[in-house]
Amino acid sequence: MKRYTIKEISMGFVMFLILWEALALVVNKPILSSPLSVLPMFIKLMAGELGIHFLVSTLRVITAILAATITAVPAGLVLGQMTKLNQFFSPLISILYAIPKIVLLPVVYVLFGISDFSKIFLISLILFFQILVVVRDESAGLPKTLINSVRTLGAGRLALLRFVYFPASIPAILTAVRVSIGTSLAVLFIAEQSLTEYGLGYFIIVRAYQSLRYKEMYAGILAISFLGFLLYYLIDILEWKISRHKADQ
Amino acid sequence: MISIQNLNFSYPDNTPVFKNFAWNIKERETWSVLGLSGSGKTTLLYLLSGLIKEDQGKLQVAGSKITRPRPKTGFIMQDHGLLPWSTVEKNIKLGFKIRKFYGPDGKHSPADSKFNKKLETKTVEYWLERLSISNLRNKFPTQISGGQKQRTAIARTMVLQPDLLLMDEPFGSLDIKTRDSLQNLILDLDRESMVTRITVTHNLEEAVYLGKKIIVLQGTGQEGLIFENTGAGSTNYKSSDDYTKMCMRLQKVMESLK
Repeated sequence: MKRYTIKEISMGFVMFLILWEALALVVNKPILSSPLSVLPMFIKLMAGELGIHFLVSTLRVITAILAATITAVPAGLVLGQMTKLNQFFSPLISILYAIPKIVLLPVVYVLFGISDFSKIFLISLILFFQILVVVRDESAGLPKTLINSVRTLGAGRLALLRFVYFPASIPAILTAVRVSIGTSLAVLFIAEQSLTEYGLGYFIIVRAYQSLRYKEMYAGILAISFLGFLLYYLIDILEWKISRHKADQ
Repeated sequence: MISIQNLNFSYPDNTPVFKNFAWNIKERETWSVLGLSGSGKTTLLYLLSGLIKEDQGKLQVAGSKITRPRPKTGFIMQDHGLLPWSTVEKNIKLGFKIRKFYGPDGKHSPADSKFNKKLETKTVEYWLERLSISNLRNKFPTQISGGQKQRTAIARTMVLQPDLLLMDEPFGSLDIKTRDSLQNLILDLDRESMVTRITVTHNLEEAVYLGKKIIVLQGTGQEGLIFENTGAGSTNYKSSDDYTKMCMRLQKVMESLK
């Protein structure tokens, strides 16, 4: 995984702004505001109202990622080691994996009420299956000789989980989270559009779009994009830190 | 040290490997195990290490029946089995971590284990130096050579002070020069520690060089042929007549098995 420098990231951002400004000039309608007016608005709002919505959304996503990781990793590790159990559950997992979880939004609302918990639960559900499947496959695919040689150092099942299976699946966990960030934010955006008064989805749709405040809307879009960027960047740093042993391969 | 009686074992496809197999090993003996592929060389080591279970028979190491990997048995595999995400030093400390994880339960770690950080560091330092890998301590397994990986694997086993050392084709994938230097290292370790050693190899010269006793497995339920090779154990053995004679003798035995 290539790790971008601050300079490269800034370059990318400048190019993005130029493209945006060009589009705004060509379209020349209020629905495509110029970054020159949106950026000051973004900075002003982030220091106040938008900042609160940003924080709420960030907390929801990060809680969901943590909750999904804490539940899916042990389940994946167990399934990966128990061939028979895995064979039994595998068809069910494949079916559940394929369901677009967002359609369960009304069900989740009815079951768990209109709460933060419902929104977090829905996002965790998506991540849960992503992480479960990669951790399961990763731990099932570890070389037998590696396991055996650690067993001869005294490791029983628990120590193998702690010292071999778990560290071996960390890169896969990060990859699973990375590929799910987009979907998670999309689900968050939809879940926050109604029945809440906080969150970027609420800000963009209810506060800005529905009252035709396009500059504010773009500030919100920038904020949710920034959140996505932050999460990707965080995963990048973690991946870089833990995959140093692959550097010279 | 090791007593095997009436051992029976078949592969999962029911091909018998051992039938009423017997083998006795005294403390501090050094054995080489030879045999054609499929004769059960590696299986025998796995049975002794407790990684797999016999179908029938009596397998004892240091007076106890083997039911699971024994804390004082070290096992060095051809594929070294190092954790790819851990540095050389962390790999060497893995055994200590596992022992601490369980405490001195007598099952996963010796019942008399004492956990002394200073002593552990000293032991690790000693073996890093002894195996000349001290300068590689912060490298990952992917960044070092095959010989260096095997040295790390040896250090990882030796820090736990095994009294029985099992080696399965330990130098099989190394070039001749590296192989020679590691073979000599093993002979040195025999003298320095109180370890009983069994080395499985398909390389006849290696078997003769490393084992004062040699067992040739004939496969499919037959007994093992045992040869005394008392001259082994020193580096000049390789240039002696006894060495050449033993090699030729075993060569004939191996050919008669084909």
